[in-house]
Amino acid sequence: MDAFSQLLNGFAVALTPMNLLWCLVGTTLGTAIGVLPGLGPALTIALLLPITFKVESTAAFILFAGIYYGAMYGGSTTSILLNTPGESATIVTALEGHKMARNGRAGAALATAAIGSFVAGMIGTLGITFLAPVVVDWALKFGPADYFSLMVFAFVTVSAVLGSSAVRGLAALFFGIWLGLIGVDLQTGQARFTFGLPELLDGINVIVVAVGLFAVGETLYVASRYRFGKDEIIPLSGSLWMTLEEWKRSWKPWLRGAAIGFPIGAMPAGGAEIPTFLSYYVEKKLSSKPQEFGKGAIEGVAGPEAANNASAAGVLVPMLTLGLPTSATAAIMLSAFQSYGINPGPLLLQSQPQLVWGLIASLFIGNVMLLVLNLPLIAIWVKLLQIPAPLLYAGILVFATIGTYGITQSPVDLILLYLIGGIGYLMRRYDFPAAPVIIGMILGPLAEQNFRQAMTISAGDWTVFFTRPLSATILALAALALFGPKLYQLAMRPKPDHVPGDA
Amino acid sequence: MTSGSQEDAPPRAAVGETIIGAGVLVLAIVMFWQAMSIPVSPLYAKVGPTVVPLMTAAALGLLGVLLLIDAWQGGWQTEEEKSATPDRAALLWILAGLVLNVVLIGPAGFTIASTILFVCVARGFGSKAIVRDALIGAAFALVAYFGFATTLGINIGSGLLETTIERLIGVEGS
Repeated sequence: MDAFSQLLNGFAVALTPMNLLWCLVGTTLGTAIGVLPGLGPALTIALLLPITFKVESTAAFILFAGIYYGAMYGGSTTSILLNTPGESATIVTALEGHKMARNGRAGAALATAAIGSFVAGMIGTLGITFLAPVVVDWALKFGPADYFSLMVFAFVTVSAVLGSSAVRGLAALFFGIWLGLIGVDLQTGQARFTFGLPELLDGINVIVVAVGLFAVGETLYVASRYRFGKDEIIPLSGSLWMTLEEWKRSWKPWLRGAAIGFPIGAMPAGGAEIPTFLSYYVEKKLSSKPQEFGKGAIEGVAGPEAANNASAAGVLVPMLTLGLPTSATAAIMLSAFQSYGINPGPLLLQSQPQLVWGLIASLFIGNVMLLVLNLPLIAIWVKLLQIPAPLLYAGILVFATIGTYGITQSPVDLILLYLIGGIGYLMRRYDFPAAPVIIGMILGPLAEQNFRQAMTISAGDWTVFFTRPLSATILALAALALFGPKLYQLAMRPKPDHVPGDA
Repeated sequence: MTSGSQEDAPPRAAVGETIIGAGVLVLAIVMFWQAMSIPVSPLYAKVGPTVVPLMTAAALGLLGVLLLIDAWQGGWQTEEEKSATPDRAALLWILAGLVLNVVLIGPAGFTIASTILFVCVARGFGSKAIVRDALIGAAFALVAYFGFATTLGINIGSGLLETTIERLIGVEGS
């Protein structure tokens, strides 16, 4: 197998002492921010983007990937012990996991989550190893028009299909695309949307937007709600060693979760919530004790946690092979590639084999590290949950300020950060998703570039997107994804009953 | 979608959502106006720098209208979200911290500005121990400052406090 020998080379890269250290730092940091409410991998990687000026690319991506995987592991701890899902993808884990913790079986819930994450993370990473070269072969046939259509498809699924409302998701997306357009147009040298401010000529830094939305906006929102409810931390209880029965009830959900999560994550549509929900319902259907669901069924933790981690691995496939990020974190990683002058896409595996295979090998190593970090050392992370909220959020805002002010030492960036934070607060309050803003901002300019290339090749003929079979198929799928659910609703309900408000 | 609700009283327009929808629409209009003012060389007439901006503005405008329609039909917030009034005092404390931070970070340096921000945010979250918060905030800011300065090689707004410490421990400030 060619992929196999490439992977061995990757291990040679990842197993150097320095890279092992980066992996350890990444996984540790990732677990910590996954555990802490209010901090996520997208925000953390954004704050660490300046490291790309100091460290060579392989090391930086090993660090980022460790954070990415680590946050998935850490997030489950918070869901189980605090019932406050740190990530939207761990909402389902909280359903059963928190009940288990209340019943004195927190140890077993944490164990099945960690081992399930490990199993699924390994399967998912193996999936990347063998799927990535296949996708690359296929993607080499893509022209600019096909790429543009593929990006449109990703835009639609990421913003319109995965969230609670297509209109709000798309509004967030186009806001992000607009932010991405600000600055000098690289093709013609014209300044766009700069409002005469020289600071905006280079465009708005993605760090400012990510930190504004995820740190400032989130802090403002939590503060505005804080006095209404206090979270109760369930102490670590029960043995971390799962009983034989718990093992028996866990291993199939792990494998099924991985089988559900990876393919969905690997689709250019992305989204970690759908596989976790899907896995939850599958386990509920297949369980021999469905009456336990809602009261702390271990299958309901094992399956979704596995699905979550496998889909996180899957997301890396379109990111590395097509340059198509389908989550906020992947979008920020893409901007890290850009900061190295590397364009992820089908040629990445050939032009940067050290980087790609070193990164994939480090994912295997990181999974092993994370299993150790999250089982024997779990008590350390539980302590993090005891940081009082005032200090935690004050720290987050100070860190957000450093990360932003550090880029240019310009107060303009700080003002921009706080303005975007205010918008982030309103978006959170009025239920607009934040991830499409980041994805639109990073992917928007790339989509425009492909659009203009396609139009130049076709000599300004708009029909090029519909006459190329591949492009037309993808656009048709995008239209189906956008309008399909509405049409289905209309067809199923010729005489609608009373439908209050918006769905 | 509301064709079956004639018997009910017409849903009241939601104020918050109307403002949001109007905001999106205004942004789209500003974008349209800004996009029109981008000069286009005839060389690029078909796929020039304004095509995608205009498409974005048009899409956002349409979405703004759809949001306004949603808002006038009663809005989309859940009952729970609607009934919870935001804690204004908490928001004001944080806002004060952010404004002071922007104003002070240049003249007073990073550590002092950050300590004030830290105290204000902690106060917003209900902490009353101002002295404790200030000490923790200052320690946190100093660690973060030197951490960033050394590992990432970024010099973030050094002021009086930072230069003094750098002199004391013998590190050359840049």
